[in-house]
Amino acid sequence: MLKDITLGQYFPGTTVAHKLDPRTKILLVVLYIVALFCAKGIVGYALMALCLAVCVRISKVGIKQLVRGLKPVLFIIIFTGLLNLFFVPGETYLFEWGFLRISLEGLRNAIFMVLRIMLLIMGTFLMTYTTSPISLTDGLERLMNGLKRFRVPVHELAMMMSIALRFIPTLIEETDKIMSAQKARGADFESGNIIQKAKALIPILVPLFISAFRRADELATAMECRCYHGGEGRTKLHVLKYERRDYIALTIGVLVLAAVLVLRYFGI
Amino acid sequence: MEPILQIKNLTHTYGVGTPFQRSAVEDMSFDVYEGEFLGIIGHTGSGKSTLIQHLNGLLKPTAGQVLLGGRDIWADPKKIRDVRFRVGLVFQYPEYQLFEETVYKDIAFGPTNQGKTGDELDRCVREAARLVGIRDDQLDKSPFELSGGQKRRVALAGVLAMEPEVLVLDEPTAGLDPAGRENLMANIRDYHRNKHKTIILVSHSMDEIAQNVDRILVLKSAHVLMSGAPAEVFARAEELLTAGLDVPQVTRIAMTLKARGLDIDPAVYTVEALEKQLQALRKDGAVC
Repeated sequence: MLKDITLGQYFPGTTVAHKLDPRTKILLVVLYIVALFCAKGIVGYALMALCLAVCVRISKVGIKQLVRGLKPVLFIIIFTGLLNLFFVPGETYLFEWGFLRISLEGLRNAIFMVLRIMLLIMGTFLMTYTTSPISLTDGLERLMNGLKRFRVPVHELAMMMSIALRFIPTLIEETDKIMSAQKARGADFESGNIIQKAKALIPILVPLFISAFRRADELATAMECRCYHGGEGRTKLHVLKYERRDYIALTIGVLVLAAVLVLRYFGI
Repeated sequence: MEPILQIKNLTHTYGVGTPFQRSAVEDMSFDVYEGEFLGIIGHTGSGKSTLIQHLNGLLKPTAGQVLLGGRDIWADPKKIRDVRFRVGLVFQYPEYQLFEETVYKDIAFGPTNQGKTGDELDRCVREAARLVGIRDDQLDKSPFELSGGQKRRVALAGVLAMEPEVLVLDEPTAGLDPAGRENLMANIRDYHRNKHKTIILVSHSMDEIAQNVDRILVLKSAHVLMSGAPAEVFARAEELLTAGLDVPQVTRIAMTLKARGLDIDPAVYTVEALEKQLQALRKDGAVC
């Protein structure tokens, strides 16, 4: 059950999509999201879907994995779809039954909304699938470097993020272990009402928190032992460098956004 | 002797249908007899942990059966909790499962889940604490104030308090200092001697296994490699070594002595037995 979490899961590979600078990929995702929200008509959406399809093809990430990423947000997708379907007022109604009525505009809106969310999620997932969490935070840190002037603790934020990402699988494994141990003592997580179920979580949460604190403590000591003292004057082992492919990819990204804006102007 | 647990053609496969598909336990069959002290030994990844989690129904077999007292434990999946009370499983580093405010309450968690109350509960908790050497005045302390070794004792008591028919211990002494290790094993031996309950001890340490158990089960890459009394198993010391497993230190000394031309039986696993042999040799006038 816990193992199904795919958040930030990385599939190693050697394709261009994997090799792109993480900064490029983050910027491309931003461009992609902006374009997605600018797209208005069917042609615009088709263009966005095509872009995603091409990227998926290049990255060699299985479409199965990508679709699996949609599972956790399935509820939101369905909810948004239904909301738009029934509650968008319009001129021509296709279906009427009591207070439930579907307008042509509603149907259109629902389809586009669902498409938008799906494309949005699959696009961002494609980034996390092709970028290791470490290089992702590295890229974020470099991108936000300019904010240091405004006293934003960029390095600390990036460090916190990479540590958090690093510990997700560890904590999941730990939770599994503690659950098994408490089950072996007859703990029952499945039956009972909601209060009983919440109470049943205490034997898991207390040990989990204690071990998380212990790990944090040990990690801090280990970092201090290696003379970590924040980002000041810290150099990188792998210095990020834009290559030709990054410039090409970014140019394509900007062009796609421009195309979507033009399409929007024509309303298609 | 009656078998209390019967493992029949047990197979457990992780990640069925994914590229990571892997059998941790494959077609294993063996019996565990009532009142015996069984040792299970094997490399990391030989399937020990997966195997023992089947014994109390934490994992469901992909194929095969686990019979407890002659009944398939999965015959009625709703009653699997009862199996967990009858087969007490103590995980590796069990001290990380402690969560209650006091030692007493933590030990009482298992028996309370069993539905025990009042005097019976109190008796179970106090007896379990006594078995592992936790003093009465420690019962009202927070478990987090105790030392590592004592925390482990409390965790062990938490399982003993359920009064299981079979006690499964996964590396109970891992990470303890030698004195703590010997102390804990002495408690476990006493428990076995006084209660005549079945114990299954999983360990990395050949010496620990050799000194305590009646019968050994050796696992290698998801299969049972050999099983038998310690003397039988250590008689096949060469085989153990080629399988990448250790033999007890005493056995290793005996093997070296034999290789140097001394006429002794290398299948010894206690200091006393080796000493006896050497004394006998000296009487015969052999020179080392």
